[in-house]
Amino acid sequence: MTPSALLWLTLLIPLAGALAVVLLGRHPNARESATLAAATALFVAVAAVYRAFDAGAVMTVSIAEPMPGLPLALSVEPLGLLFALVASFLWIVTSIYAIGYMRAHHEENQTRFYAAFAVSLASAMGVAFAANMFTLFIFYEALTLATYPLVTHAGTDEARRGGRVYLGVLMGTSIGLLLLGIVWTWAVAGTLDFRAGGILPAELDPGLVAVLYALYVFGIGKAAVMPFHRWLPAAMVAPTPVSALLHAVAVVKAGVFTILKVTVYLFGTERLAATPGIDWLLYVVAATILLGSLVAMTKDNLKARLAYSTVSQLGYVVLGAVLATKLAIAGAAVHIAMHAFGKITLFFCAGAILVAAHKTEISQMRGLGRAMPITMGAFLVASLSIIGLPPAGGMWSKWMLALGALDAGHMALVGVLMLSTLLNIAYLLPIPVRAFFSPPPAGSEPTGLREAPASCLAAIVITAAGSVALFFFVEPVRRLALSIVNG
Amino acid sequence: MELLGLFNYWIVVFLMMAGFYVVIARGNMVKKVIGLNLFQTSVFILYITLGKVSGGAAPIIREGVEVYSNPLPHVLILTAIVVGVATTALALALVVRIKEAYGTIEEDEIHRQDESL
Amino acid sequence: MIADQLPILQVVIPLLAAPLCLLARDGRLAWALSQAAALAALAVSVALLLTVQADGPISYAIGGWAAPYGIEYRIDLLAAYVLLLISFIGAVALPYAARSAAAEVDAPRLPFFYSAWLLCVAGLLGITATGDAFNLFVFLEISSLSTYILVGLGRDRRALTAAYQYLIMGTIGATFILIGVGLLYMMTGTLNMADLAERLPALTGTRTVRAALAFLCVGISLKLALFPLHLWLPNAYAYAPSVVSVLLAATATKVAAYVLLRFVFTVFGAEFVFGAMRFDTVLLPLALVAVFSASATAIFQDNVKRLFAYSSVAQIGYVVLGISLATPLGLTAAILHLFNHALMKGALFMALGCVAYRAGAVNLDAMAGLAKRMPWTFAAIVAGGLSLVGVPLTVGFISKWYLVQAALEDGMWWVAALVLAGSLLAVIYVWRVVEAGYLRAPAADTVVREAPLSLIAPTWILVAANVYFGVNTDLTAGLAGRAAALLMGGVP
Repeated sequence: MTPSALLWLTLLIPLAGALAVVLLGRHPNARESATLAAATALFVAVAAVYRAFDAGAVMTVSIAEPMPGLPLALSVEPLGLLFALVASFLWIVTSIYAIGYMRAHHEENQTRFYAAFAVSLASAMGVAFAANMFTLFIFYEALTLATYPLVTHAGTDEARRGGRVYLGVLMGTSIGLLLLGIVWTWAVAGTLDFRAGGILPAELDPGLVAVLYALYVFGIGKAAVMPFHRWLPAAMVAPTPVSALLHAVAVVKAGVFTILKVTVYLFGTERLAATPGIDWLLYVVAATILLGSLVAMTKDNLKARLAYSTVSQLGYVVLGAVLATKLAIAGAAVHIAMHAFGKITLFFCAGAILVAAHKTEISQMRGLGRAMPITMGAFLVASLSIIGLPPAGGMWSKWMLALGALDAGHMALVGVLMLSTLLNIAYLLPIPVRAFFSPPPAGSEPTGLREAPASCLAAIVITAAGSVALFFFVEPVRRLALSIVNG
Repeated sequence: MELLGLFNYWIVVFLMMAGFYVVIARGNMVKKVIGLNLFQTSVFILYITLGKVSGGAAPIIREGVEVYSNPLPHVLILTAIVVGVATTALALALVVRIKEAYGTIEEDEIHRQDESL
Repeated sequence: MIADQLPILQVVIPLLAAPLCLLARDGRLAWALSQAAALAALAVSVALLLTVQADGPISYAIGGWAAPYGIEYRIDLLAAYVLLLISFIGAVALPYAARSAAAEVDAPRLPFFYSAWLLCVAGLLGITATGDAFNLFVFLEISSLSTYILVGLGRDRRALTAAYQYLIMGTIGATFILIGVGLLYMMTGTLNMADLAERLPALTGTRTVRAALAFLCVGISLKLALFPLHLWLPNAYAYAPSVVSVLLAATATKVAAYVLLRFVFTVFGAEFVFGAMRFDTVLLPLALVAVFSASATAIFQDNVKRLFAYSSVAQIGYVVLGISLATPLGLTAAILHLFNHALMKGALFMALGCVAYRAGAVNLDAMAGLAKRMPWTFAAIVAGGLSLVGVPLTVGFISKWYLVQAALEDGMWWVAALVLAGSLLAVIYVWRVVEAGYLRAPAADTVVREAPLSLIAPTWILVAANVYFGVNTDLTAGLAGRAAALLMGGVP
């Protein structure tokens, strides 16, 4: 099998999985097996791509050329590989989780759910391996549309409203700002290929470069840079497996991934570092980080709190991108992986708590540790990763980001990172601590061990363990991230 | 004088504006059709009069005549008149059907009936 | 031998088949005749396009009378492109009409329906093929009159008033065009477009020629439904029989846009219209207002056909926007959007016709929750809607890309931003329809099932065309680019 054929497989496997799910809709067990098989096959394919890339193979795929000079093409580079590896691995885990959750919750329209999931993953793979901004934009839009049925899954009025905000903000930013930036780039650069060092002509006025970059940063609404972050809390109306994968991994990660990719391969880190006009962007991102954490502290609904936490954490990655130093970019890339494992664990726990204990508000979760020790234990571990404390992997990415900020000479941003860490502690740690050490709220019956369904628990344990594993085995991830800026 | 010499154009303009006014200002559907006819007639006159050549004879080849009026506009206008007749016929047919369906051919009355739907 | 006669055959085949349909008393026989004629016309237009691509423009003198005294048919790349579009829509919509028209038009009137259909198609083809200004007026009236008939055959009694209003406004428009042609004839003594193009540059300083341009543009704008002369369009599209809406939305305004291009670029010349007369200062604001006001009005419509009719007015705004940029890229975008919009609206109105066939009505309440019972129909609506918004991999995206590129190339970044903002309005009204179909609970007593294959198949042919030409743009964008270059060069 030629290496380039492997790239084709990363797109075709999830699409075939979607088709299989639709065809097997009436046989739930066969349908779920199709999802798991597709997810496993996808991860194997992506891992094979990684091995081939490590061995030095060059893989490109050209699908079509809708307009002259704008091909629909795929290629492999370290950042895309990182994203693809994370997304494909977590698809397996989320599928395991979703099976348990959807059945325990007796959800309807499960065929539509799993099919849309598979198509979303195919879009995410397209985003990861896009060879030019045109292809990336196509898969980016496909991702928005494929996740819409997942967000509005419940079919209630509230789900519809959430779906409208979701679609409105994402399509609004992508058509109104991002597409404008893309066509403008095409007009000045004559190409949209991703190239190391950027594609913009040297004589482009720095003021225009700053405006163009701002169009991208705000136009990539999936990165949830304020004020275009509203879609993320609105999307919490979706079932928890959807929230988990798509809003902690695939959708938001596609957003920050795109910002990183644009920074490194369209603009070029040196170009951006030499552009004075983007400093104000740093302040906007810093505000996102801090405001996100502050709002998270005020939320009693667990999923809402986690959503705003994501807004804040995504700001870390965007910060690394806008800082545009080598270590900052590498740190941002590593944070994609760390945050993915941490956040997905937190969302899995939230869903488990909903299914097993029927609780959504944090104030009701005191003393829950007795009934759900494994869940809350995983919650604690994942919290450590988000906060950035050992033995969880999040520590490494925060470390690299702080060093990157120092490199760029922005001492204030190091302060922002530290302040944000304190805020993270404030809104995350009390939850597991109170679950274990506080007595349950008055009036609730004493319960014995009542954990989440088995497959949910399995998923939770895998991802929590992953967070810890990433602390000890961070080297491959770091190597991949550093090769983005050095390679 | 220039103004009097252009009298045919004045007639054209007068008829055109009169017809146009009737179409816009009158609510009765048959009157609108009449206005439309006036409007179209003004255009016919425009074409026909521009075919006349000063000192030209009728465009039938005869001996001893040097200058003929232009026959082409007459042909064009025959076509346009036929088109106008067809349009009027169609419009009136529609008015008959509208009268059957609504019971009236006054535009505001019809609007009122439709709005209440 | 036939190859020599292709230009005239293009018009004559549907024209002669029309009275034959009248003689056929049975609706089904009339349909069969129309389908045969339409397919023949499609074959002729494909042959014409291939010939023009290979050998350059075709010139055909009717009756052997040479131009400029005789009437000439002149088929260049732009004309061949539009001919292909019209005959394609005319042919693809007929299998659809077999059931749809039979359900919406009274049986005794069906032969008249098909006769009027063929006359309309013949008229539109004639407008496109001709190279004579007065001949254009004649065919314009042929197609317009048959359109009034077709619209008036709708079930709802409001179809009658819609047809009447369309008749009044359309006739005024056609008469304006007649006045314009008359003024041009007065100054140059010729009606042949190529001849006019040669003689006009010397006369552009005269008030008569300027008045002629004004009359022509206003008349064409009425037919084109350019804001604010679009008032006839929403009612006409909404209350006409479903298949007539398909034909109209996909062809009538496109041909009017073709006429505008022909007169502005070939007859008068871009330097006069945009240089001396500064028409872009009129067209550009009107186009932008059309886009926004029509899209905004569409958002509040309850009748989905009217919603998409207002959407058509907005899309025509995009076409005129491209024309008003008066650059090769802007013209390419406009010509490309002509074709693409026809595909989009054709697919959408066909899908709406499927809903009307089964559910009997096309307002948002009637469509609530129908997506489960009519999956193919609603998938077509979603696909057409996404194309309208301009989601990548659809034709709408390609049009938007070219338009934005043209605007940016001209330095008008604010126009580019406005074009994209218009797309966002489209997202809103498209999503209202999608939400109604998928996310609302159906009325308890619906017995609706999926539409029959003869309705679904043509719909999906057009949807597939939407996607195919969104990925492979060689035919559409390539032709549009070459046609634009020829237009800007001035010579037909």
